[in-house]
Amino acid sequence: MLRSSQPLTGPNRKRCREDEMLLGTVLEEGERGFIIDTRSAQAAKQARMTGGGTEPKSSYPQWRRLHRPLERGRPLQESFIKLVEACNDASISMDRWLSRLESCRWLSHVKAALSTACLAAQCMDREEASVLVHGVEGTDTTLLVTALAQVILDPSCRTLVGFQGLLEREWIEAGHPFHLRCARSAYSHARLKQEAPLFLLFLDCVWQLSRQFPFSLEFSECLLLTLFDNAYASAYGTFLCNNEKERCLCKVKESTHSLWAWLNQPAERKKYLNPLYSHNALVVWPSVEPQSIQLWQGLFLRWIRPSQYLDEAWAEIQRLAESN
Amino acid sequence: FRTLLVLQVENVKLLDRYTNRKAANGTLYLTATHLIYVDASAEVRKETWILHHHIATVEKLPLTTAGYPLLIHCKNFHVAHFVIGQERDCHEVYTSLLKLSQPVKPEELYAFSYNPKMSKENREIGWKLIDLKVDYQRMGIPNDYWEITDVNKDYEVCNTYPPEIVVPRAANKAVVIGSSRFRSRGRIPVLSYLYKENNAAICRCSQPLSGFSARCLEDEQMLQAIREANPGSPFMYVVDTRPKLNAMANRAAGKGYENEDNYDNIRFKFIGIENIHVMRNSLQKLLEVCEMKSPSMSDFLTGLENSGWLRHIKAVMDAGVFLAKAVKDEKASVLVHCSDGWDRTAQVCSVASILLDPFYRTFKGFMVLIEKEWIAMGHKFAHRCGHLDGDPKEVSPVFTQFVECVWQLMQQFPCTFEFNERFLLEIHDHVYSCQFGNFLGTCHKEREDVKIFEKTHSLWPFLLQKKQELRNPLYRGFTAYKELQPNTLPFSFQFWCGMYNRFDKGMHPKQCVLDHLLSCVSQKMKLEDNASELENKLPCLDGPSEACSLSKVGSAASKTPMLNTPQDYEAEPPPGLSNGASAGDLDVVSDVDQKHTEISCHRDLHDLNDTVDVLDSEAKDGKPQHH
Repeated sequence: MLRSSQPLTGPNRKRCREDEMLLGTVLEEGERGFIIDTRSAQAAKQARMTGGGTEPKSSYPQWRRLHRPLERGRPLQESFIKLVEACNDASISMDRWLSRLESCRWLSHVKAALSTACLAAQCMDREEASVLVHGVEGTDTTLLVTALAQVILDPSCRTLVGFQGLLEREWIEAGHPFHLRCARSAYSHARLKQEAPLFLLFLDCVWQLSRQFPFSLEFSECLLLTLFDNAYASAYGTFLCNNEKERCLCKVKESTHSLWAWLNQPAERKKYLNPLYSHNALVVWPSVEPQSIQLWQGLFLRWIRPSQYLDEAWAEIQRLAESN
Repeated sequence: FRTLLVLQVENVKLLDRYTNRKAANGTLYLTATHLIYVDASAEVRKETWILHHHIATVEKLPLTTAGYPLLIHCKNFHVAHFVIGQERDCHEVYTSLLKLSQPVKPEELYAFSYNPKMSKENREIGWKLIDLKVDYQRMGIPNDYWEITDVNKDYEVCNTYPPEIVVPRAANKAVVIGSSRFRSRGRIPVLSYLYKENNAAICRCSQPLSGFSARCLEDEQMLQAIREANPGSPFMYVVDTRPKLNAMANRAAGKGYENEDNYDNIRFKFIGIENIHVMRNSLQKLLEVCEMKSPSMSDFLTGLENSGWLRHIKAVMDAGVFLAKAVKDEKASVLVHCSDGWDRTAQVCSVASILLDPFYRTFKGFMVLIEKEWIAMGHKFAHRCGHLDGDPKEVSPVFTQFVECVWQLMQQFPCTFEFNERFLLEIHDHVYSCQFGNFLGTCHKEREDVKIFEKTHSLWPFLLQKKQELRNPLYRGFTAYKELQPNTLPFSFQFWCGMYNRFDKGMHPKQCVLDHLLSCVSQKMKLEDNASELENKLPCLDGPSEACSLSKVGSAASKTPMLNTPQDYEAEPPPGLSNGASAGDLDVVSDVDQKHTEISCHRDLHDLNDTVDVLDSEAKDGKPQHH
């Protein structure tokens, strides 16, 4: 699986031999690959006007392009804000609630993200084909797809250690601009242009997987919530800045502590483990039927309704699992 | 099951939302009681059992290239889509199912032919398992204020009430009789639940025959007696669970609701739960949403909203919460009614009891609750569940909604019920299956007349036998929680996939936590037994090492990773990309639900004596089918 940003084809359909060669080396003679473009076909075509574009079939004959539009940017942030507003509305009727849940489209985005990640996984696991994923910049929906696909495909990404490694690789080192994307969250009145909850969407998708495969992730919901918190505001340097270069310039590694170092301490670590975990060597294919996708109550209703009874249930599950 | 065969058809495919034409060919069997589809094509033989009584509708769909489709909708929301190779076979199955699924006379119901291997004594003991008097005693009744009266022993007061009812001591026979003349169907105010801690009571009745201005001294005295049976409160609530408009409209028909001016110290309140017709339509719309093939998230949520289903569930729950709060926090008694006091009233009183009293969250207690509020107090199961060929406008998911309220509470309070979701589903199945006598007819008198206690079996021993699979492994015991105060904001109500898309296995979590935890619990109990056994035998041995290895085996087996296949993740599959949905998922660990029905049905079927009589006695005229 490869990731990149969009090719700079431009309005004049520029070619780049080196880029073609690079992609060419990935595939054997006669092999086929898939390009998953996270923009709609129309948006991708329009991108040419501003210097971007898509890989023309003639220049990349072994690659088949699939468009799977995923929401990003301002619309995604609005979706997040609207959902949080709906959750906070204490006087809302049932009809209004369902209507707002539908119109904010957050769960639609979850479904789309999971479907696209599954598509990428299917290409690799079922078609045994290589996959290139890109959107515009290669820093948002691209990473969402590649990271999620790896959780689906690779059991080692479902371990506590493996998942942290995945985050380091596919989000932090890959250059997801955390500083811009996770600036203020859903309550802020300052609607920043660059803010968008891609990382939260990723965590939500992982939570959906944990619900559908309760034994297959070594980490618990607690870890996902902690990651969400730390992406927005943290005592640690792990999610600071927008890319490795900035972290270098800001001397993050010299001046701050790593979240991973904290999390992996034996005493802390326990909190983040799933008591039901049992290594699953297979690919985990989620259902993306609407009935299978639920609102992540642990996150969105976290401060709105008490979790006491659910916490007690988890404590029981822990007790039972341990006594086994 | 070959000996009891009515029909056998080859070349039948069973389609589901994931397979298309790649479905394998199997055989369809019709027996006197069940439809059984057998797919022997894969290594694992798959059987699908459908009880005829569960069938709501059978439709012939337009011819396709694969054959002649038959669509069966069941009352437990199972939807079976068969494609039959030959038209003649399809028609034969169709007409047979129409006859078999809609009995006309009560004697044709399964309960009268169901005959498991059980002694006569055990069968009778089964009927005595639940004794409502014991529950009243648990509440402290009889006491200074309340008594169990047999004034209705010959059904003179109310022919849909049980022979023994609980009324205030202060209400003498004249008051009871007088009140019964002023209440729809004679359903006078009686006790449903007494909250011992403060003497507040939940009582239930039907609407008064007040019209615009009628009064009844005895009825007013009855309410006064109820109020005075709770000296701790200066007033009592009278709750009409209907929307105000409906209740007012009833006045034109000589019925209506209590006028606060005529009854001393009552606070009257409308709660506004919709009627049976609205609920029937709501469920219909919900099921249409559930059957949508590959809907978008928007389609689903919009459909869910338009059905209004969760809005109605919330309304029932809100009413139960109101009652529980009035009793516990305000220490005031509540009298509840709707129109006839056996639909919304039963729902609301049942929910309130569960919220207030942990006993009703145990196996025994839940059975008692159903026996009391639904069976003894009368509820038109036969009509609401369409047991016999009758008026389709009487059918309504009243009991279903109650069961769902319990499930919603289980989601909020996972450790507080002794039983699990499967228990609810089994009870729901059997309300419609007519395999047991408990839910036949509409009231106690009718059941006596049809002699269910002599001729049929009770559901409860059957369920208790399966307790191990139906229990909640997270149950923290009777004393862990007292009253429940559920959050009733809209987001607290979830769509119950396990009920309304129960048989769409692909939609459910692919790994079953419940089974794993149940095996942990039973492992634990087994290990504890083993450990103490070993300790007794060899007191010199250091530690139960055998026990440890036992546990590893157990957990490995139950956590075997399930092979699962990807569904179709495409809106439109790109050419060349196989869609991964292979013909028939490898159900290595077959889902328990299906198995439960299969196993229990297998046993029943083998133990059936000759039921061909049932078919002989049915109406021979080709009645036009409509459900």
